[in-house]
Amino acid sequence: MNSVRIYWVAFSTILIKEVRRFTRIWAQTLLPPAITMALYFVIFGNLIGSRIGEMGGFNYMQFIMPGLIMMSVITNSYSNVTSSFFSSKFQKSIEEMLVAPVPSWVILTGFVLGGVARGLLVGLIVTIMALFFTDLTVHNLFLTITVVFLTAVLFATGGFINALFARSFDDVTIIPTFILTPLTYLGGVFYSIQLLPEFWQGLSLFNPVLYMVNTFRFGILGVSDINAWAALAAICVFIVLLFGLALWLLERGRGLRQ
Amino acid sequence: MKALSIHNLQKTYGNGFQALKGISLDVKEGDFFALLGPNGAGKSTTLGIVCSLVRKTGGKVSIFGVDIDDDFAKAKQLIGVVPQEFNFGVFEKVEDIVLTSAGYQGLTLKEARPRAEQLLRDLGLWDKRHAQARMLSGGMKRRLMIARALVHRPKLLILDEPTAGVDIELRRSMWSFMQEINRQGTTIILTTHYLEEAESLCRNIAIIDKGEIIKNTSMKALLAELTSETFVLDLAQPLIDAPKVEGFRTHLEDATTLEVEIKKGQNISQLFALLFEQKIEVLSLRNKANRLEELFVSLVDKTAASGFKADEITTEVSV
Repeated sequence: MNSVRIYWVAFSTILIKEVRRFTRIWAQTLLPPAITMALYFVIFGNLIGSRIGEMGGFNYMQFIMPGLIMMSVITNSYSNVTSSFFSSKFQKSIEEMLVAPVPSWVILTGFVLGGVARGLLVGLIVTIMALFFTDLTVHNLFLTITVVFLTAVLFATGGFINALFARSFDDVTIIPTFILTPLTYLGGVFYSIQLLPEFWQGLSLFNPVLYMVNTFRFGILGVSDINAWAALAAICVFIVLLFGLALWLLERGRGLRQ
Repeated sequence: MKALSIHNLQKTYGNGFQALKGISLDVKEGDFFALLGPNGAGKSTTLGIVCSLVRKTGGKVSIFGVDIDDDFAKAKQLIGVVPQEFNFGVFEKVEDIVLTSAGYQGLTLKEARPRAEQLLRDLGLWDKRHAQARMLSGGMKRRLMIARALVHRPKLLILDEPTAGVDIELRRSMWSFMQEINRQGTTIILTTHYLEEAESLCRNIAIIDKGEIIKNTSMKALLAELTSETFVLDLAQPLIDAPKVEGFRTHLEDATTLEVEIKKGQNISQLFALLFEQKIEVLSLRNKANRLEELFVSLVDKTAASGFKADEITTEVSV
């Protein structure tokens, strides 16, 4: 059998399985972010936002909308891969893939794009929710779609590495809770870093989430704290690095083969 | 052609434990081969290396002539694996599990569906195809793993304790199924703790202990090595002491249960005649243990004893 055909069928099998998994448990995967983000829009956007006034030339609701969409894309693409891949390890169903003629890069791509699919679907749901509260005008459609896709790829790959190292369900939640959430909240979702004192502005520039949120905001609103195109290039570099690391770990059988 | 060829296979785990000490083994195409050994002997490590779940430290493995170091993907297409532990997504539906496995092997849904249906029907799981795997009984889960392993029609099927925890009726129906698969040309390697199973199904056998092959021969040749068998006789009337029967070693287990060791070449009719002379009436007769079990225990005990001696010598020298 032709190798390319085998790889394509194997990849689509993994992807379909991933999509089937998160849609089957939609009440755990798709509904909570929709409710959480609706609360953010109501509380921060409507109630508190009306007292804050404009930020970056836009009302507060419009300003936080790209950040909230990006926040849900980041957390969902990451957590989809960590929970799914770790469950496969935990239940040993990953062995099915390891004994099959599926190369590591196909396994990795399948899981990552499964995470991307959930991230983007949740992003779409949150965007639709946002339309109930504010208007949406897209400044640069290409940049908007590219950055949201690449961000989902980056965090899904990060989630994969997390799952490879994880030995218990606690290990799956440590990074999202103690690293990802603070970085996201401090990544300019709710404010422009220009509001911060100089020292904190400088420190914020070390936060990778800031670049993604701002690039996405630039794609939608046309305003950003940083150079969006440079940020896009940086995201691409991070993807290459993390994907390479994940592939290397998978090839070595880290956490999978004895 | 050799379905599986293992040469000088070694495995040392990260903690320094040497699980395989350079084993060599050949399994002929079409064979039904038993790989036996006590727990921790190295069976699962060997099979894990063959199907890529364990990394070898040294040696060569080839499957139908394909060296796993040269083209593992091609070698993997030839193998179907039924592992010891359940390893499917318990929330997945039965049919989806089989179809997903087929997908990993490069079979499209169109190709896989009829095969999955046939296998699920043959294994009595078709009615459960829409059930989540967690809802299945233990025996059904075992059969599901067999269906999954066969969906891509492998030439070599590895069964790692496929009937563990399965009731005797179901076990026998699984034996028939495995024999049929073997008749159709699939080479089967079986590990099991049910030695009766190995004796009934397998033509050739290897016994592994402490990471070394201690026996590798045909089942017939191995059973021919058995020098004596112990039979259990249920007596009609109770006895106080074990009767003295010339030429036979006897032991009274309880008042109506007599154990008799019969050496190779001894005539069982002679035993009955001698018992009859003493007016001892026998109601029924059975083997104390399966023949292979007796041999297995003696072989493994022998290596345990020699291993103990070796340790003693090492200790003395080092002191």
